[in-house]
Amino acid sequence: MTIETKKDRDFIKTADEAVDMYDAKKEELIPILMKVNQDLGYIPKPVMEHISSRLSVPQSHLYSVASFYHMFFTKQTGRHVIKFCESAPCHVAGGREVFDALKEELGILPGETSEDGKWTLVTTSCLGVCAVGPVMMVDEDIYGNLTPEQIPDILAKYE
Amino acid sequence: MAYFRSHILVCNDPECLEKGSMEIMDLLKQEIAKLGLQDEVQVLDTPRIGLCAQGPEIMVYPEGYHYINLKKENIPFLVEEQFLKGRPVKKWFAPEKKEGTQELREPTTKEVRVVLRNCGKIDPENIEEYIAEDGYAALAKVLTESNPDEVIQTVKESSLRGRGGAGFPTGVKWGFTRDSAGNEKYVICNADEGDPGAFMNRAVLEGDPHSVVEGMIIAAYAIGASQGYIYCRAEYPIAVKTVKIAISQARNMGLLGENIFGTDFSFDLEVRQGAGAFVCGEETALIASIEGKRGEPRPRPPFPAVSGLFGKPTNINNVESYANIPQIILNGPEWFASMGTEKSKGTKTFALAGDVNKTGLIEVPFGITLREIIFDIGGGIKNGKEFKAIQTGGPMGGCLPKEYLDLPVDYEKLTEAGSIMGSGGMVVMDDETCMVDIARFFLEFIQDESCGKCVPCRVGTKRMLEILTRICDGNGKDGDIELLENLSAEIIEDSLCGLGKGAPNPVISTLRFFKDEYEAHIYNKECPAKVCRALINYEIDPEKCVGCTLCARNCPVDAISGERKQTHVIDPDICIRCGICKQVCNYDAVRVT
Repeated sequence: MTIETKKDRDFIKTADEAVDMYDAKKEELIPILMKVNQDLGYIPKPVMEHISSRLSVPQSHLYSVASFYHMFFTKQTGRHVIKFCESAPCHVAGGREVFDALKEELGILPGETSEDGKWTLVTTSCLGVCAVGPVMMVDEDIYGNLTPEQIPDILAKYE
Repeated sequence: MAYFRSHILVCNDPECLEKGSMEIMDLLKQEIAKLGLQDEVQVLDTPRIGLCAQGPEIMVYPEGYHYINLKKENIPFLVEEQFLKGRPVKKWFAPEKKEGTQELREPTTKEVRVVLRNCGKIDPENIEEYIAEDGYAALAKVLTESNPDEVIQTVKESSLRGRGGAGFPTGVKWGFTRDSAGNEKYVICNADEGDPGAFMNRAVLEGDPHSVVEGMIIAAYAIGASQGYIYCRAEYPIAVKTVKIAISQARNMGLLGENIFGTDFSFDLEVRQGAGAFVCGEETALIASIEGKRGEPRPRPPFPAVSGLFGKPTNINNVESYANIPQIILNGPEWFASMGTEKSKGTKTFALAGDVNKTGLIEVPFGITLREIIFDIGGGIKNGKEFKAIQTGGPMGGCLPKEYLDLPVDYEKLTEAGSIMGSGGMVVMDDETCMVDIARFFLEFIQDESCGKCVPCRVGTKRMLEILTRICDGNGKDGDIELLENLSAEIIEDSLCGLGKGAPNPVISTLRFFKDEYEAHIYNKECPAKVCRALINYEIDPEKCVGCTLCARNCPVDAISGERKQTHVIDPDICIRCGICKQVCNYDAVRVT
């Protein structure tokens, strides 16, 4: 038996809120995980354990679902998550140069989190705003018509 | 509906929101109230006016004035001039005939808007505006005048085919689900529009959600379902929000819920969100996802029409298919079937993207040629370059070269040419695009999105990607082309779902039309389009170089040497081919060889 820390208790509270919001229905597992992911930035192991017991589904099933969908993170993310659109319309509109500039500026590769815990960089499937590609999202903000030169200014907006 | 002399539409698309369009909206309301005009001027939000890059932007109707780049401090003056004194403030108008990044323009003469007819014209968050455009009249007609079999017959007569890409006749599909045994049935709307470059469904959901809701209710009546789901990808938060509002408004008006229009027909709708898995656009994977499972496809048969959501008969159609239904009911199947080609009737929405002057959404009757789409509607290739290829049908589609520009666009013709209709993404590529790089790029996407369930798709696409990567890196070997061809055939033959079966398409079509480029990469170690970094060199033209030192100062690896006012030289051993020197040079002196 592990000792329950305050952090663990917060996790459990978040998990309970999400489960209750969807009446503890098994088929609402994806919306439940989405809520947790939104609140905590990722889905920590204790949360998965707790949801598993609340919904009476095996942890293996929970993990298989959580790891299947790109939008769920099973590891802690940075304070800001940058989602770079890697789709063809953005690619042909000069996305590769922008992505290179972004990786260079951040010093991390896709899927990684910077050492100071500020940034997580991931690629995303099409965001559907192809008319203004290349496109990226920083947290909930969308940036379009990107050029490599804009990257430092955009990143500087975030603390 | 209350009468207003003026309407202000405030664009609330993600880009304008980011630029503070909501604050502008609040300020507009405040200022209008200050002048006591709140009963005369209505302020609404709308998704997408068009010049979002220069947002926040608003439209003022009935005049159609389009203001852009609005700042908070401009609003009091604007409201006083425009609405109290009746003088438009022309200095803040959007420039006319702006070639830019409008998503939905005024239709050209070649376009016909059926699905997009209300987009950008009505307030999607106000059901009354939809009703004013004959909204829910089709539903009323169906529920009071037709029995379910007649509805299915009408849809069959219209020859509407599934707009998700497969092109299966919608009416026939409805018939299957109706004929399946069981009292509990479902209708699902597939709004998991994951194809890169395709955003037609998002535009409909954000701009005219009720047309989809109405289409779904009619489908539910026809097949005998009492519950429906709209499965929308989570990358579209605004579409999710707009549809949820539409559903609750329809429910409040008795258009959803118990005893619709006083009949004994009951039906309700819910929205489910994806979580970023492309394969969930495949219908059996989508159903698994709604059930709260991993979104993995399963073998068919049984088809969803027999055993779908929770094992019950389920009808699943695309957003655009449903949005066509009310118009077919209202205008008659003959009207719909009068548009298009022999086997593909009606209109189709496409998202034009890539190296074309006017990117954005279009809706055209089937049978239009690719040339008309790219040059007449899309305004030709950007920066005066040459057309090289058009990629249709999304990542599992194919690239068609200029010999196919006069191909009439319909389901059969595209398939014959080696591509597919798909959901409607069209990516135009100019002559500076490397087709091997593009094929590699699509394979990378498919590799990433393969759910991993079956081996040909999981492992086979990985091997193909490795081969393509080595070709792009200049390490291609004799026999690689044949290996790609063999792998493609095996993957198509042995994969379970559409993702795997379509995965090799980008490679097959580029091999078919651009084999010389593959050969140049493999045998001559050359990239004809000068894209693949391992196969190109940057050089400075001594004739053009003035020795300004700009390139040397910007080079991230100090590969450029030369004295001020002397010709500079790039050391190919140090150069990482980032291309920054070419971008910064003001004299066009850096060339790629």
